[in-house]
Amino acid sequence: MKTAMKVARYEGSNVLRSRWMLVYTLFFLAASYGLLRFAGSGTKALLSLMSVVLFLVPLVTVVYGTVYLYGAREFTELLLAQPVKRWQLYTGLYLGLTVPLSLGLAAGVSLPFVLNGFDEPALAGTLAVLVLAGVALTSVFTALAFLIALRYDDRLRGLGAAIGLWLVLSLVYDGLVLFLIATFGDYPLERAVLALTLANPVDLARVMLLLRFDISALMGYTGAVFQRFFGGASGAALAAVILGIWMAAPIALGQRAFRRKDF
Amino acid sequence: MIEVTQLEKRFGALQVLRGLDLNIGSGRVTAVVGPNGAGKTTLIKIILGLTRADSGSIYIDGKSIDADDDYRSRIGYMPQIGRFPENLSALDLMALLRDLRGAEGSVDEELVDRLRLGGELRKPIRTLSGGTRQKVNAVLALLFRPDILILDEPTVGLDPISSGIVKDKILAERGAGRTVVLTSHIMSDLEELADDVAFLADGQIRYAGTLFDLKRITRQNNLERAVAAMMTWEKAA
Repeated sequence: MKTAMKVARYEGSNVLRSRWMLVYTLFFLAASYGLLRFAGSGTKALLSLMSVVLFLVPLVTVVYGTVYLYGAREFTELLLAQPVKRWQLYTGLYLGLTVPLSLGLAAGVSLPFVLNGFDEPALAGTLAVLVLAGVALTSVFTALAFLIALRYDDRLRGLGAAIGLWLVLSLVYDGLVLFLIATFGDYPLERAVLALTLANPVDLARVMLLLRFDISALMGYTGAVFQRFFGGASGAALAAVILGIWMAAPIALGQRAFRRKDF
Repeated sequence: MIEVTQLEKRFGALQVLRGLDLNIGSGRVTAVVGPNGAGKTTLIKIILGLTRADSGSIYIDGKSIDADDDYRSRIGYMPQIGRFPENLSALDLMALLRDLRGAEGSVDEELVDRLRLGGELRKPIRTLSGGTRQKVNAVLALLFRPDILILDEPTVGLDPISSGIVKDKILAERGAGRTVVLTSHIMSDLEELADDVAFLADGQIRYAGTLFDLKRITRQNNLERAVAAMMTWEKAA
């Protein structure tokens, strides 16, 4: 693990010093500050910020991660020619990407709120959940970026796969769910929709956040079912476990692909 | 000595190495040559552990490289293209490699002085020219005084003066008893440096021996023509 940490430190400092990282952080800083300024209340600002985070974090993470890994291909080979084990290198590279991206997001989103002070006591908790959800999505989509970059040697195909994956999980999936609801609206679909929500990390993060805002009434009967499910201790635990699986599975698969790869 | 026996590697439908055998002598410079796609890069990558062979084995001083990863602390590798993290400096890279190798004691910075890199070491890599990056690449390969040097096109992109300095350094390393494995498309460079030549075609070694013998067998007086003659025979066969 010590070796992995050394790699992570240097890779991380390389990512932190990149111009993209600065743009990413400043963007969230500006969005957070602007929404706080003009939304009226902290809760409303957070609700809008949630949409921005859920939309952009997966996109930026998976695309930046894939492009970064292609660019680092030759250097990765040089590191592999050193006396290190592949799992150490994979862990180091993964953390070197995930940690700076998470830090940038967390700093950008929360700094304006911290400086502004929390007008409601529940706000700090909701902000923390939003940051945690953002970090979870960052770690899921960085691992997916590894899987893509290891799977396709051709950069263009890899980039296409990254954008395609984001489109599917962020837009197409929800469209299909809506289509399903509209088509089979006469049937009791709540459990099916619940299962579909758990199966997509972006949706899962969204529902967990929406329930924190206590606006599930807007989601009708489905919202009530969700509220009962996620509100209960077992439902919330299940949701957390599934988000954990969403983080662990791509990391483990990426690890396996990295170990077997012929560079 | 590096002993390669019966190495086989297939990428999908493409059989790249077909039972390749080769002995690379210690304290000598061995040039690996052959037509494009003959398997030179694959051979080097398997020795480095970047790619895994389907079958066959490689022993370094009698010890299999599959046993553990420590054998790589004896190897200095100079990849063909020196692409490094853009925002780190050459000094950062030197520190990272030193950390990873657990190297202690003094390092070999002769090339830093001779290539006049002193002023460039603290700058982010992205601000360096292609030639300067290639110089950094050479410095990194030689920094920890490894017993074995694997150099993939070491003089590409260097001006004649720097290229000469790097070649002198390679010969000095051989003089110090180090083993050097070299590929290059610049035959005059190989002619200057190589003691031995390994000619690869179609995934097998077609000739392995001294440069002198290769020229004698092919009745040519320079390496370029000798390799060309080998390639012509290869096609005729």
